[in-house]
Amino acid sequence: MSDYKMHLLICSGTGCKASESEDIINSFTSLIDEFGLEDEVQIVRTGCFGFCEKGPIVKVLPDNTFYVRVSPGDTEEILKEHIVKGRTVQRLLYTDPVTNENISDSKGIGFYKKQIRIALRNCGFINPENIEEYIARDGYMALGKCLAEFTPEETIQEIKESGLRGRGGGGFPTGLKWEITRKSEADQKYVVCNADEGDPGAFMDRSILEGDPHSVLEAMAICGYCIGADKGLVYIRAEYPLAIERLKTAIKQAREYGLLGNDIMGAKFNFDIELRYGAGAFVCGEETALIHSMEGLRGEPTFKPPFPSVSGYMGKPTNVNNVETFANIPVILNKGANWFNKIGTEKSKGTKVFALAGKINNVGLIEVPMGTTLREVIYDIGGGIKNGKEFKSVQTGGPSGGCLTKDFLDTPIDYDNLIAAGSMMGSGGMIVMDEDDCMVSIARFYLEFTLEESCGKCTPCRVGNKRLHEILDKITKGKGEVEDIERLRVLSSVIKDASLCGLGQSSPNPVLSTIANFENEYLAHVNDGKCPAGQCKALLKYEIAEDLCTGCTLCFRNCPVGAITGERRQPHFIDQSICIKCGVCFEKCKFDAITLT
Amino acid sequence: MPKIKLAENTIQLIKDTCAEFGNKESELINVLHQVQHKLGYLPAEVQEVIAKELKTSVAKVYGVVTFYSFFTMIPHGENPISICMGTACYVRGAEQVLAEFKRQLKVEVGESTSDGKFSINCLRCVGACGLAPVVTVGEKVYGRVAPSEVKKIIAEYREGCAGDDAKSA
Amino acid sequence: MDTINLTIDNKSIVVKNGTTILEAASGIGVHVPTLCHMKLHDLNIENKPGGCRVCVVEVEGRRNLAPACCTEVAEGMVVNTHSIRAINARRTVMELILSDHPADCLICAKSGNCELQDMAHQLGIREIHYQGEQSHYREDTSPAIIREVDKCIMCRRCEMMCNEVQTVGVLSAINRGFNSVVSPAFEMNLDHSVCTYCGQCVAVCPTGALTEVDETGNVIRALSDPSKTVIVQTAPAVRAALGEEFGMEAGTLVTGKLVASLKQLGFDYVFDTDFAADLTIMEEGTELLNRLSKHLSGDKDVKLPILTSCCPAWVKFFEHQFPEMKDIPSTARSPQQMFGSIAKTYFADKLGINREDLVVVSIMPCVAKKYECGREEFKTNDNPDVDYALTTRELAALIKISNIDFRTLPNETFDNPLGESTGAAVIFGTTGGVIEAAVRTAYEIHTKKELPRIDFAELRGMEGIRKATIDFDGFPLKIGIAHGLGNARKLLEDIQAGKSEFHAIEIMSCPGGCIGGGGQPYHHGNAEVLKKRQMAIYQEDKNKVIRKSHENPYIIELYEEFLGEPMSEKAHHLLHTEYFDRTE
Repeated sequence: MSDYKMHLLICSGTGCKASESEDIINSFTSLIDEFGLEDEVQIVRTGCFGFCEKGPIVKVLPDNTFYVRVSPGDTEEILKEHIVKGRTVQRLLYTDPVTNENISDSKGIGFYKKQIRIALRNCGFINPENIEEYIARDGYMALGKCLAEFTPEETIQEIKESGLRGRGGGGFPTGLKWEITRKSEADQKYVVCNADEGDPGAFMDRSILEGDPHSVLEAMAICGYCIGADKGLVYIRAEYPLAIERLKTAIKQAREYGLLGNDIMGAKFNFDIELRYGAGAFVCGEETALIHSMEGLRGEPTFKPPFPSVSGYMGKPTNVNNVETFANIPVILNKGANWFNKIGTEKSKGTKVFALAGKINNVGLIEVPMGTTLREVIYDIGGGIKNGKEFKSVQTGGPSGGCLTKDFLDTPIDYDNLIAAGSMMGSGGMIVMDEDDCMVSIARFYLEFTLEESCGKCTPCRVGNKRLHEILDKITKGKGEVEDIERLRVLSSVIKDASLCGLGQSSPNPVLSTIANFENEYLAHVNDGKCPAGQCKALLKYEIAEDLCTGCTLCFRNCPVGAITGERRQPHFIDQSICIKCGVCFEKCKFDAITLT
Repeated sequence: MPKIKLAENTIQLIKDTCAEFGNKESELINVLHQVQHKLGYLPAEVQEVIAKELKTSVAKVYGVVTFYSFFTMIPHGENPISICMGTACYVRGAEQVLAEFKRQLKVEVGESTSDGKFSINCLRCVGACGLAPVVTVGEKVYGRVAPSEVKKIIAEYREGCAGDDAKSA
Repeated sequence: MDTINLTIDNKSIVVKNGTTILEAASGIGVHVPTLCHMKLHDLNIENKPGGCRVCVVEVEGRRNLAPACCTEVAEGMVVNTHSIRAINARRTVMELILSDHPADCLICAKSGNCELQDMAHQLGIREIHYQGEQSHYREDTSPAIIREVDKCIMCRRCEMMCNEVQTVGVLSAINRGFNSVVSPAFEMNLDHSVCTYCGQCVAVCPTGALTEVDETGNVIRALSDPSKTVIVQTAPAVRAALGEEFGMEAGTLVTGKLVASLKQLGFDYVFDTDFAADLTIMEEGTELLNRLSKHLSGDKDVKLPILTSCCPAWVKFFEHQFPEMKDIPSTARSPQQMFGSIAKTYFADKLGINREDLVVVSIMPCVAKKYECGREEFKTNDNPDVDYALTTRELAALIKISNIDFRTLPNETFDNPLGESTGAAVIFGTTGGVIEAAVRTAYEIHTKKELPRIDFAELRGMEGIRKATIDFDGFPLKIGIAHGLGNARKLLEDIQAGKSEFHAIEIMSCPGGCIGGGGQPYHHGNAEVLKKRQMAIYQEDKNKVIRKSHENPYIIELYEEFLGEPMSEKAHHLLHTEYFDRTE
């Protein structure tokens, strides 16, 4: 990147692209042309900066100026002021919500302060469509080092010592997995990258693949070298067109550079990678289901053992790791296991990427050391709860995880602590909820998801989750009874205990954790017929305060079902047996006479 | 199910696609992706040709098509509307947005309007959680959609000026 | 390590490495309940999806419960099959299955023979705590099989049979989650599919989701119609299995009681399909010898091997899947249809009645026979040669409806002229039997010598594909045998590839042959039942005075009086058929 005086880093991840970052790029390109700055300013289309809340983001190097929520109309000003005259455009800088100060350098922004970026090291820094930029940042160095200096056993040993655990959910030690696959004897083995990111509300893998695809390819090649495989497969969601394109480009470039294909780096090591597409089935995140899907079958999981490391794709030993796990590998090998294992907690080493979303100010993609507390993530990095509302719960682990209360805010995040708290790491979705979120509805929402995504093979998941959902639905509709809570508990425990795969074994977690942490909310629904968060429509009641009603008849005229009666200039009434709770009266009333309880 | 007769060139296209993947049964999902991409959907007759070419049973092909939510046997509307129902979007009001689309277009999820202009589907996370709630119409992504904006989005496509003045997020 | 030490329910045992908990437990008298799991030993048939979760047991140190059917034992494993945790989970799982299952047991075709019903009883389910929405599907009635998909519990046994064992590929799991169910493509009816009606799906279905079309009502009506003469034929495999329906040990031969019960039911004549089996041998054996001698003399138009054609499911299988080879199987009709054809001509003539006034009922171990007797080529002026085909199970039901105490019936004998048969005909009921019967006759016709021996052990057994070479007085006749359509497919593919070494191949669609037919009493996954039936068949053969088809005096008489000689024009017209390409 060094020939240019200035670089404009513009995010072209899915999120920012949706917010017209392409138009911004086009606009800058023509402006640079117009001003004759082609030789001085280079535009770099990067992957995700992580700070999606403030996207589209434009970062100017070398001074690291971080412009947020840029629109195509802002480009001229940035060019004329910043690039030509060297004056920062104040109005486009990030404003610290506490101090109200404009912050120019991204390093000074709270969102980035507590982050350590290993898996995301290149996201937002390099052009993911240019292999040279990856190579310039130590790319493919780890692969070269392994091929030249380390035996597969030594490489595996290094990974084992690093303490890296699978980032896809279960947290199985990566080095051990590689070792088992290495020891399985077969004429053909496979390396599979699980990029079927399916948690609703998680986009870690997508961002890595869009922002730094080569880190995954390099790691897969290293894995192939270690386990004795010459073929890699990336199983990626078809819903990620951009990531697919970037991967295809990256594979093509890597082949051209001799970093994939035959006799890589002259070390007589062959390895190539193909893509396989998911087709919209969450259960395919489970490795046996994923393998069946790659084989052209219904994505139904099968009983383990045999584990894929012994009998996987096409019956051959197969090592399956997820995107983020792979993205860590080159760094570990470059910087050493002893560097990596000093980050994190005793049993969870390194960092974890989270997709922070929900009712939080700074929605985005973050990477923090294991052991960071939820409070640090939510308040320091996330900037607290949106619209000044009260924090209620944070959901980790997606549909397999649980909802934690403020009592857990100071819990250091790692695999074991989250499980002990009744949730799990999962792949890294982190959804923050505020006082307006009804926890029974949230549990129902997750069950609805599991219900749609259950493959249907085993009874507890196929029928059990259906029944859980029905009970939860009944409670949110105000028809629950107190026995239903116990029913949910018992059924949940059997589903966890008796289901065939991880999907069913964890699907009741959102139910169990919300009952454990928010039992009062359940009780309010079933005993008092009330939804404390005011979200369950069936439990709400619109009423007209007699003293505030002026008898203007506006509500009467707008009610679509004729539930409101009353004489002009006299207080009106709502007939609850007719009211459908559409809320039109509430919106229309100019005198705040209509209350919602 | 009324039988439709596939045009010769459609059959050839399917056969070519299968051949591209070596007529291998294990490539079924790739074949389905390609064929759906080219034809827009996977009606029964198409699945029959695929089964024959890959030397597998139609039942198995149908079993796979109905397993994966990405595959459809019904053609999407001219402007397929997808509402993200991921958690991030859900807690930011995706349900209300969906309800509004259904109300405006008078169709249920998975259906197309009678004029074939629109179809509604739900999808899981598109990974643009920063823009929640997210709606996509074709390739166009709309972020931070409020129920009140639904009418406007639909209008853009009704008048046939798709995406030209799309709302900035 | 070849052996594993473990503890199950506080008993220490040593088992072979690779044993499942289920197998290990059953070895010490602990019968862990199963529903989806099914293993037919010696037939290489196993359904082990691990899906129903009824067999979950507690294994010490394991986070969750283990399915006994799939979990292999490990050294030092401590298993508790009836801990409160396991029992609670098992019962809850059962309640969940029942919560999505119609509770119409009292009027269900499978009542009393339903594994789900038995399991609910065994687990003591008295209440379903989790009620909710139930799945509803359209009922599908075909000429032979009824699918009541509401009753499907997703054990996947039928899917396994249809795809892995039979390679027919009609059934597949479709949709997912609560909406998943086993179905033909596009949820169309079976009669629009390539279904062969072999009925192996019916044979293994643990519930009433798959049953045969019930024709007992039609038979009762025919029997009570004074204007009709109603005759019955019974297939060889029926006598080796019917007793099971009345609590008798598998493998009990009930030929005499079978005849007595049919007479008591009111059939005017009780005949034997075995008679027609002897006739089949005359025709098929002659055809074999003709084709063989033409082939050996260099006639390129004559193809070998010749394939047997007694099995209607097999016929439909190759018509759908290998139509280009439809000139290879013998043109001989199946014994059921030969019987019907002779009955409605020769025998009707003898009685001096019109064919329309003669009702032919067959008792078959098979559901495909229902389809076969409806085929257009087996009708004259729209009147079928065989009017109704009942399964062994339906006959049992008919006997029960008619208040007959089967076990105390005396032994009676078949009527003549269509009731006399040889040992060769009896063994048609088992895999290897048709070809052995053909060998007994073809050898003597071809060599004009008496067979030195009658039993051909090399043609018998349960192996899916068997081969043998029989010395035809210097000529080595190479014989292939396959049972199960998957095995048949392999032999067909060999023929297609020009790799087949055989002169003659016997094919039966059902594992074990007709003794394992889709219309037989349910074996409930116990392969021993099939083996015992097979032994009974060979025993019946031994008991017969005449054991070669061409020595059946009534067959000789039939040719003399009516048909002329095997493969004569009349025989061709009445006893042979043609096959159709069903791919379009």
